[in-house]
Amino acid sequence: MRTISDLESFVGGDRSEPLLRPGNTNCGGCGMSIALNMLSRAIAQRPVQIVIPACCGIVTAGPFPWSAYGAPVVASTFAAAAAVATGLARVAAANGEKTRILCFAGDGGTYDIGMATISAAAERNEDLLFICYDNEIYGNTGGQRSSATPLGASTTTTPEGKHAPKKDILGIMAAHRVPYAASVSLAHADDMMRKLEGALDARGFRFLHILSPCPTGWKSEPSEGIELIRLAVDSGLYPVIEITKGRDVRINVEPSFSEDALRSFVRRQGRFARSQVEVEVIQEGIRSEWEKLRAAAGPPRLPSPPGARMVPDRFAVR
Amino acid sequence: MMQLISANHASAAAVTLAARANRKGRGFCSGVYPITPQTECIERLCEETIEKGSVVRVESEHSAMAVCMGASLAGARSFTASSSNGLAYMAENVFAAGFFRLPIVMMAVNRTLGPPWNIWVDHGDTLMLRDSGWIQIYCEDNQEVHDSILLAYRLAEDERVLLPVMVCQDAFVLSHTLMATDIPGQPAVDAFLPALNLPHRLTERPRVVGGLEFPHETEMHRKQHMEAMGRVPAVYASVQDEFERCFGRRPADPVVPYRLDDADLAVVAMGTTSSTVRAAVDELRAEGLRAGSLRIRMFRPLPEVALRSRLAGRRKIAVIDRDVCPGLGGIVWGEIRGLADPGAVVQSYLVGLGGGDIRPEHIRRIYEDLAARDRAGDPVFLEAGR
Repeated sequence: MRTISDLESFVGGDRSEPLLRPGNTNCGGCGMSIALNMLSRAIAQRPVQIVIPACCGIVTAGPFPWSAYGAPVVASTFAAAAAVATGLARVAAANGEKTRILCFAGDGGTYDIGMATISAAAERNEDLLFICYDNEIYGNTGGQRSSATPLGASTTTTPEGKHAPKKDILGIMAAHRVPYAASVSLAHADDMMRKLEGALDARGFRFLHILSPCPTGWKSEPSEGIELIRLAVDSGLYPVIEITKGRDVRINVEPSFSEDALRSFVRRQGRFARSQVEVEVIQEGIRSEWEKLRAAAGPPRLPSPPGARMVPDRFAVR
Repeated sequence: MMQLISANHASAAAVTLAARANRKGRGFCSGVYPITPQTECIERLCEETIEKGSVVRVESEHSAMAVCMGASLAGARSFTASSSNGLAYMAENVFAAGFFRLPIVMMAVNRTLGPPWNIWVDHGDTLMLRDSGWIQIYCEDNQEVHDSILLAYRLAEDERVLLPVMVCQDAFVLSHTLMATDIPGQPAVDAFLPALNLPHRLTERPRVVGGLEFPHETEMHRKQHMEAMGRVPAVYASVQDEFERCFGRRPADPVVPYRLDDADLAVVAMGTTSSTVRAAVDELRAEGLRAGSLRIRMFRPLPEVALRSRLAGRRKIAVIDRDVCPGLGGIVWGEIRGLADPGAVVQSYLVGLGGGDIRPEHIRRIYEDLAARDRAGDPVFLEAGR
């Protein structure tokens, strides 16, 4: 483990060390670890400050005085990440600094307790990037249902399987007409890098949604996380899209809508073992969601070329 | 410049001056959310132009304090105002700001916590936050509210302290009452409040502020917090000196005695009640009764040494609470009773709860009741609202 004097010797701005460093407390197969490693590459040499509310992502850092994060991090109260980040971002702007302010939060701190705060920061178009790693449960407290938990999934508070479908977080955020909102697939690295880099460079409020496997909560094999995401994308269950200005919807990965992919996705996770929801019902939800997406995005078009930069949105920051 | 303004506007004037004074530092940023009776303060603040800074109109008190925390962590001077249920909603982040030891200043207008809803003065809202790690100052008039906000920044930002400060004032009695208030010029405030250089501000250096820690580290941090609180009285005295040099006025001591030295009967009070008590003391003295009073201006840290020395030799002490701690009595009484001489009568009086008008005749009744007592009894409700 690193000592505080090791940290002192780590001079600012040098991102040659990874964002997620050895000594972190993440479980094997945690999707959030993959997201952080990709984020680390995307940040490269950019100066960043990160706000993390109560969630697995802050436990990741390990205990005081060590830190498994290679960047300055504020541990905020659960509901307040976007507001703490607002303060940091306003002061950075007032001082003409290029520091990018990020929030990195789980689904509870985004969909649920953090909703009012995020919505307000989006409405004000604060200059910050909010990343939600969505493991579809309160993972940090041992796997209770959240409003991101999908229909039919068992959790410790919905042992019989959840009865309500998952919130459309991207739709909610896009409805704020924020400059940029996108979903990110851990199984599509080029698209993911393009979105992370583009969102880091853009100005105004940006939102990224990352479906993040949690082997503990999903009751899945740690080695199968990426494959599960691939199946979720291919079956149409997890649309990989981006929405600019709340209006222009672009579908980045075309699914095959294969029933086999959906059945495989469900079968490989213990959390659906007791589900009373038929795969056909899930498929009906997928069909309805995609009808909405097609109407918004227009006819299918070629996916963006790997590494292509999105159109920068230089929204003035108030 | 002398102005006829409310304590809300006096607060806004003070924080604007303090904000501009940090233009050579990292500026000013404040999260604000309205609640009666604090609204005029943030409305006025939103009208001001601050060269290097912004006022963020957020969606809740919880976020108002969170913006202040982010701003302070980034090295800016920060401010918010709240009251009553707003403070209750903000409470999680009030504690967070306290435990982060961020030198944020908050103007709190004391108002009754609902339900049932009541917008008038009661100290229960800020006293609920007494253990949040904030310094608490209770004011008596508008000039004091204004001066205390300027003083609060100097105290909060002192490297020996680095704690947030809550400047408390009574709803409507001060918040909406116009009083002649002397507002200093910017150069004097610039001299009093140098650019803030927060030693623990966030830079590019990797570290986690406020993350997980084990029991021993938490004990260490709480001990450091206690030690910082312990340094407040001495630092406060030096800030009083500096304030007097810059503005020609001396802010009151943490504990203010009035005709107490030879008093047979002592009444302890906070906030605007203290003024009424002094008026009653003069009346009773004119009638030959040896009455005296003690005002608590600083409640956190509790000025224990000063209180003990001022209460020494007093045999009959009344503590007036404009709050109630159900199951105990008055909150202030609960803290004071252990500081009097052994055997002294320390009686709790609950007066003006929910904004009941506290008039000299109410105070007289307390002195009379105290004079007739041989021992302390149950807390006495003086229903001043009738």
